[in-house]
Amino acid sequence: MTAGAGPIIRVRGLAKSFGNHAVHEGLDLDVRRGEIIGIVGGSGTGKSVLLQQIVGLVKPDAGRIEVFDQSVRDTSQADYRALRRRWGVMFQDGALFSSLTVRENVEAPMREQLNLPDGLRETLAGIKVRMVGLSDSAQDKHPSDLSGGMRKRAGLARAIALDPEIVFLDEPTAGLDPIGAAAFDTLIGRLRTALGLTVFMVTHDLDSLHAICDRVAVLAEKKVLTVGTMAEMMDVDHPWVREYFDGPRARAAQAGAGGQGA
Amino acid sequence: MADQDREARTAPALELRDGCAVLSGDLLIGTVAALPREPVDARSVDVSGVGRLDTAGAWFVLDLARRTGADSGAISGAGEAQALLLEIVRNSMPDAPPAPAALSSLVDRLADVGRWTHGGCRVAVEMTGFLGQVVAALAGLFVRPGRLRLTSLVHHMQEVGWNAIPIVALMAFLIGVVLAFQGSSQLRQFGAEVFVVELIAIAVLRELGILLTAIIVAGRSGSAFTAAIGSMKMREEIAAMRTLGLDPIQLLVVPRVLALIVMLPILGFIADVSGLVGGAIMSWIELGVSPVVFQSRLVANVDLWQFAVGIIKAPFFALIIGVIGCYEGLKVGGDAESLGRLTSTSVVVAIFMVIVADALFSVFFALVGI
Repeated sequence: MTAGAGPIIRVRGLAKSFGNHAVHEGLDLDVRRGEIIGIVGGSGTGKSVLLQQIVGLVKPDAGRIEVFDQSVRDTSQADYRALRRRWGVMFQDGALFSSLTVRENVEAPMREQLNLPDGLRETLAGIKVRMVGLSDSAQDKHPSDLSGGMRKRAGLARAIALDPEIVFLDEPTAGLDPIGAAAFDTLIGRLRTALGLTVFMVTHDLDSLHAICDRVAVLAEKKVLTVGTMAEMMDVDHPWVREYFDGPRARAAQAGAGGQGA
Repeated sequence: MADQDREARTAPALELRDGCAVLSGDLLIGTVAALPREPVDARSVDVSGVGRLDTAGAWFVLDLARRTGADSGAISGAGEAQALLLEIVRNSMPDAPPAPAALSSLVDRLADVGRWTHGGCRVAVEMTGFLGQVVAALAGLFVRPGRLRLTSLVHHMQEVGWNAIPIVALMAFLIGVVLAFQGSSQLRQFGAEVFVVELIAIAVLRELGILLTAIIVAGRSGSAFTAAIGSMKMREEIAAMRTLGLDPIQLLVVPRVLALIVMLPILGFIADVSGLVGGAIMSWIELGVSPVVFQSRLVANVDLWQFAVGIIKAPFFALIIGVIGCYEGLKVGGDAESLGRLTSTSVVVAIFMVIVADALFSVFFALVGI
């Protein structure tokens, strides 16, 4: 792992609008190597759009996005392909390929990027599926036969199939039961330590934010309003931030996190 | 392989040293495949020389430890993060290599045949049951006409009827042209060119006009029914309707089927007319049979029943297309793939059943002597 001093993701002056509706204007954000950063914000503040712009799915109107000190936009196709291999993305509902089984879904990136023998690829895919906490019986099921939580886990397994350096997670715990969500948080934390991952997580889950996020970035007013640890969020003087981090649910989550000694 | 992006990597190596398998270099997903996997005679595994380690590398180390017969404690020299990774992967290791799939025996195949037969019969029973529900709902409209969704009915009549007129008319016109052309060149050999009028009239009015219209409508509207109802099913709209006490058959199926039953005879009539027009024009060009002669022979020699036989069949074809289209739509499951599969199934089954019904009608009309 190259312990680069600079941020692993650097966003500068990002602007994006859909029609007349500006989503981002002059958005700046740095993500440090090895951290878990949580992106929060009200509905329609462009959290998912930010994620999609960083991974190059949506073209920003202006601004610069660098990942591993390389621009995501102004690179050749080959460079972008190489760059893409170093990150994994988990979409909101897993976005699994519906015609493939769970294991084949995890195998898909390996098949695309590497020339592995079939047996080895299947074994490694099987390990990834088990790593995210899915049982062996789930491996040969199609996504339509899985519950929402299992689909998310399978989506994570596919995102980490190639042992990427950055994992982008779009609402990983949304729609999970509290136990499942807590297990998912633990899983992400463990994988981060073991694989040296950097995790970029769009989330609304206050428990997740308390449990595993090193830093939190708040999206509001078309930019990153503030970035900092959860403790620092308490001191931010902004109505939305105060409402969000000091509301009744936030206090409950904080108490829960404190109770666990986290 | 797009590996040039990664920093320079050391090739991994495996050597035996005093009964200890010593690993070195970077054990990564792109490199472990190159390492030998034959049994090694070692009691422990040393990973202190390993640089970078990923999941695949960790799997290799654990697999090596297992193959050497050493238990998991025999792995030494792992750094803190590496030990954690090994721990995580160890908990995710497959228990044993999967057993190869057993060859299917004769009994298995026999069982498969039984299963298919059973499945086929069940579908037939289900579809009949669905047909019954739809017919009951249609009949219920006579008792309570207020339950008919008029807006929806008119909308579907426009979709399946009005919007299909150009394609149906063009298709029938061309069929008329082809029949006249082919018929005249055959009949000319017997000097019986003028009978081309009867040929065209009987073929178009009795069979082709309505049959080809039904096939086009099955491809156009049957598939649209399946896709529309199927995507509603996928988004749980159907389930939502049921919880609100709304009957999907009453709401979705009846207007579609009724629109088809009303519009298909009209489309069939349009196809008849434009088929005859096409035939008449081609007869005029090719044989010099003037439109006046064409019309007088048509009126004199072609029974009105020829036309009636075609139109009588239309509502039945409409019922078949509508019921199959809606039935397949309601069968769609949670995934997008089943939507595509059932849409094509709906078209194929509908066309097939229309042709079967047409054959049955031929037998029936032959028996009653029309």
